[in-house]
Amino acid sequence: MIPGKFEYFAPQTLDEAVNLLSEHGYGAKILAGGQSLIPAMRFRLAVPEIVIDINRIGGLSAITESDGHLVIGALTREADVDESNLVRQKYPLLADTARVIADPLVRNLATVGGNLAHADPANDHPATMLAYGAEVVAVGPNGERTISIDDFFVDLFENSLADDEILREIRIPTPPADSGGAYVKMERKVGDFATAAVAVQLTVDGDTCTSARIGLTNVAPTPMRAMNAEAALIGQVLGDDAIRAAGVAAAAECDPSPDLRGSVEYKRDLVRIITMRAIRQALQRAKGG
Amino acid sequence: MTEVRVTTPPEISGMGHRMKRKEDPRFLQGAGNYVDDVKLPGMLYLDIVRSPYAHAKILNIDTSQALAVPGVVAVITGKDLEAAGNLHWMPTLMSDTQMVLPTEKVVYYAQEVAAVVATDRYAAADGVELVEVAYEPLPAVVDPHEALKDEVIVRDDKEKKTNHIWHWEAGDQQATDQVFAEAAHVIKQSMYIPRIHVSSIETCGMVAHWDKIKEHLTVYMTSQAPHAHRTVFALVSGLPEQKIRVISPDIGGGFGGKVPVYPGYVCTIVASLVTGKPVKWMEDRSENLQADSFARDYHIEAEMAADADGKITGLRVKTVADHGAADAAANPSKFPAGLYSVVTGSYDLQAAHVAVDGVYTNKPPGGIAYRCSFRVTEAVHLIERMADIMAHDLGEDPADFRMKNFIKPEQFPYQSPTGWTYDSGNYHGALELAMEMVDYEGLRREQAEKRARGELMGIGISSFTEIVGAGPSHTFDILGLKMFDSCEIRIHPTGKAIARFGTKSQGQGHETTYAQIIAEELGIPAGDIQIEEGDTDTAPYGLGTYASRSTPVAGAATAIASRKILDKAKKIAAHLLEASEEDLVWDVNKFHVKGSPDQFKTIQDIAFAAYTNHPPGMEAGLEAVNYYDPPNLTFPFGSYICVVDIDKGTGEVHVRRFVAVDDCGNIINPLIVEGQIHGGLTMGLAPALYEEIVYDENGQNLSGTFMDYLLPTAVETPKWEVGKTITPSPHHPLGAKGIGESATVGAPPAIANAVVDALWHLGVRHVDIPITPEKVWKLLREHGVDE
Amino acid sequence: MAYPITLTVNGETHSVEVEPRLLLVHLIREQLNLTGTHIGCDTTSCGACTVIMDGRAVKSCTIFAVQANGRSVETIEGVAQNGQLHPIQEGFWEKHGLQCGYCTPGMIMTTKAFLAKNPDPTEEEIRWAISGNLCRCTGYVKIVEAIQYAADKMGAEEATV
Repeated sequence: MIPGKFEYFAPQTLDEAVNLLSEHGYGAKILAGGQSLIPAMRFRLAVPEIVIDINRIGGLSAITESDGHLVIGALTREADVDESNLVRQKYPLLADTARVIADPLVRNLATVGGNLAHADPANDHPATMLAYGAEVVAVGPNGERTISIDDFFVDLFENSLADDEILREIRIPTPPADSGGAYVKMERKVGDFATAAVAVQLTVDGDTCTSARIGLTNVAPTPMRAMNAEAALIGQVLGDDAIRAAGVAAAAECDPSPDLRGSVEYKRDLVRIITMRAIRQALQRAKGG
Repeated sequence: MTEVRVTTPPEISGMGHRMKRKEDPRFLQGAGNYVDDVKLPGMLYLDIVRSPYAHAKILNIDTSQALAVPGVVAVITGKDLEAAGNLHWMPTLMSDTQMVLPTEKVVYYAQEVAAVVATDRYAAADGVELVEVAYEPLPAVVDPHEALKDEVIVRDDKEKKTNHIWHWEAGDQQATDQVFAEAAHVIKQSMYIPRIHVSSIETCGMVAHWDKIKEHLTVYMTSQAPHAHRTVFALVSGLPEQKIRVISPDIGGGFGGKVPVYPGYVCTIVASLVTGKPVKWMEDRSENLQADSFARDYHIEAEMAADADGKITGLRVKTVADHGAADAAANPSKFPAGLYSVVTGSYDLQAAHVAVDGVYTNKPPGGIAYRCSFRVTEAVHLIERMADIMAHDLGEDPADFRMKNFIKPEQFPYQSPTGWTYDSGNYHGALELAMEMVDYEGLRREQAEKRARGELMGIGISSFTEIVGAGPSHTFDILGLKMFDSCEIRIHPTGKAIARFGTKSQGQGHETTYAQIIAEELGIPAGDIQIEEGDTDTAPYGLGTYASRSTPVAGAATAIASRKILDKAKKIAAHLLEASEEDLVWDVNKFHVKGSPDQFKTIQDIAFAAYTNHPPGMEAGLEAVNYYDPPNLTFPFGSYICVVDIDKGTGEVHVRRFVAVDDCGNIINPLIVEGQIHGGLTMGLAPALYEEIVYDENGQNLSGTFMDYLLPTAVETPKWEVGKTITPSPHHPLGAKGIGESATVGAPPAIANAVVDALWHLGVRHVDIPITPEKVWKLLREHGVDE
Repeated sequence: MAYPITLTVNGETHSVEVEPRLLLVHLIREQLNLTGTHIGCDTTSCGACTVIMDGRAVKSCTIFAVQANGRSVETIEGVAQNGQLHPIQEGFWEKHGLQCGYCTPGMIMTTKAFLAKNPDPTEEEIRWAISGNLCRCTGYVKIVEAIQYAADKMGAEEATV
């Protein structure tokens, strides 16, 4: 319940923060929303010697469209994503996702950047960013670099940032016309991590699917794409057959662990069911529904 | 009868008024005084080192690194307590024994192993991290059936090396066997009601202050029974009882979890005795969930017999009761299985037999701490599930089946086959009202239509009889203390009053409801009456608040004490009016001379006269005390109807509607009664669908935080619909029965019955709670049902 | 090590030195002696510790006091003004939206921030808004009614201004 001792810094700029990270390396942790870090510290599962609070750094929390992308500052609070009219109207998959992260109070502090950087397969944004084919921009001592979301999640709680890099923003390519997306999350109660969740983003030409990306939450050691399920949709007419095939494929390719949320068999079958539901909802939105 | 009786005007606010609570202003403004709010000069903090093993020898405890933490002043171990006068063991409320701190071995995961005392909370936590305990793990026994094999002995401190604690029976075995032999229909069902945890939002804690100059111990404690706790502390510590003061201040929910004496309390008192300073202990949520007293954990084998007309004739129950590492359930001493034998429920049957065996396992001790009226939740779950299975098996509508089998109104007082005398009831009336409120016929039609389309909808009924208000002195005691309760009232010269009680509210609204009873009896406005509970230096002795006993016992004491005052008031009035007592009529708040209503004296006039102009020869003052020994328990009852829709894809159960009709006899405050029912329903929903304490095969608690021990939020909780009937208790001075736990008792089987009702046509007969989506999904897929 | 911070709590400025690991809820309860904010869990699950920081309802057990440096915090003690109960407090009283009172300060702070953003909510929106605050006593029905009462009263007061 009481965290261990640490040294605290509150840099005012991203450069300052990067310098601190360079200096202190592995023993330092970034504090953004703190809604994952602080609970871990209170149980002393995380015992960083240095905590770098980046909440004073300006310019990291806007939601704007630019250059064919939705650009979200890494410090953007989930509540702001949830309340954004722009997101609700043009990025419904993202709106679906922000709404079901933890609970409303946690969302007032939790950040999109933190949700991704924590690299927890149980977090919700990773699957959604995979479905969007997003990219993240990281800043380090050698400047900035863009990382495709497909290359971002390495292992459980491990992302591909260097020890001295910080996420600055997330960039979602604005979907073309005739696109739709949906996030369906099964949770035991509000505030829980997903028993399983599915993010679908697809584009259609008439009734035929021209592109589809599907992300899965909490059914593998890392956030994952259901590529076989995607393949079952792309180029197909999205009727019951294709949708069912995608559900079966997603269930087979995921790798859930048994826990109090469910057995492996149950989680797999859930993935089948909610993949179908997410596809149907995405399709409805693609058709303007 | 569903009209609440109101006989006083709103200015007086006697019984029946929806009076706003008098205690609310401080809670609304953050000015409550909970144990963690108590701060005394020089106060130290205590934190506890806990076992990571369910069963292990303790080879060594090294406290040196902990003692080196700046701010840490002491580390207390079992050996220290032993040296201080055998304080390393303590009695439980069921006359078993329990370790305070171990000297040889630990017997449950998260067991208290050592206590660190420091100048601030943070240093104490640092100290806890640095206490080094060397354990030798032992095999743990987690399943009580395994435990009964006596291969791994939990309590080798006992003379008899066995995990079998006790055997208890009720009812008539021969008569029951006879009835079963002659039965036309017999059904059999195993049920497991898992371990759950009451999880009041405030955890448990204490501030102990040993004043070494006055040689006086003051204890602020999250206690539902401060007097009983004071007596126990006196007996265990040897401190004289008049030198111990227990103050139970504002309590953030109890529900039974603040009745047991936990090792942390004893460590805190010892820490204060040793350091001579006040010491505070406030447990974390994970400690609370993992080590404090649980409830349920009953493994049940039940059989029900019926005749050819579908009348229930008999019930046979065998149960294994998993008590963890000590029998620390706060049951009345003659009832190790509590009031479980009320298991014949609302039905008129011929014979019943119940046999229960208590068993030790390597889990925390307990366990009736969850709003259950001493095992009535288990009993009602059993009978309402069995009645529903029998009804479905016979192809009868579950409502019709119940109506046919209910005890009839003219049969009250009713002698049950297991020896209880039910005071009053109107089971048909309650069920009829519930069916009307929910439009039962319409729902059955809807269900038939949906079933034809392959949709799964269920309707579940629970028609429960509760048994509360423990209890008559001829049968009930806890650790020898009889289960009376008390009220002491003093009227001041200006006509205001103060009243104190042996009970202790943890949110039930006593500051308002007791005032309303006194207002009803004496006509003093409820707003003019100060209500106090919880300070053992000033309150009359009582057994506390749990098992819905406050209204039945202390509420009765309030009425009797009020009536004693009224007797004296009449004498004073006669003196003031220069009339004889026989010529006086009492009217709400005044006596007047028969036939001359303008010749009157108000209770305020009389109160003033009690100090300034009382009759010669009479003692001054206007006060009374009553210790009430109830002649019987009371039997609130109700009928609940639950409607569920089941998601064939995910197995999720959605409670679409829940109608609850409750009968608690005469009502003191309908607003508060509604609140008790809503809260109770939610604490019935939660175990039905969400809550379960889960252990792995090594006895490690897997659900030890709110991340995995799931309490419903406002989103999961349905909009409860409540109704009432009013059937007064004939033996209670106010005709009131109590309501606190009815809904927790009645709700789970309504939900379970609804789920099984939805799935019965597929061949499903029973599902154990909690009914998780996976359990339902498994049944659906096994029976060939998919989205 | 001591880290100096300055923050405003219920309109009053406080300058204190704290350990970086000091949780905001402990600063509020222990150093500032405002014990109306409560602790109910250790996994950021129950919301009993909810305060309003810079206009947002947040769980003060999952914030370090140092993060509140330069910020403005509102606790339950600051809700009533000049001895007058806020409509939300009135609503909880009228509608019996509390029993033991332990979750109540958190519920009220969440409600205050929520109604400021959504002054005319539906029942579903209310239940969603308080889904980060656990109550064991009330079963939530009368809490929802209390919040509806407050929304109505505050809406009427707005209209008469």
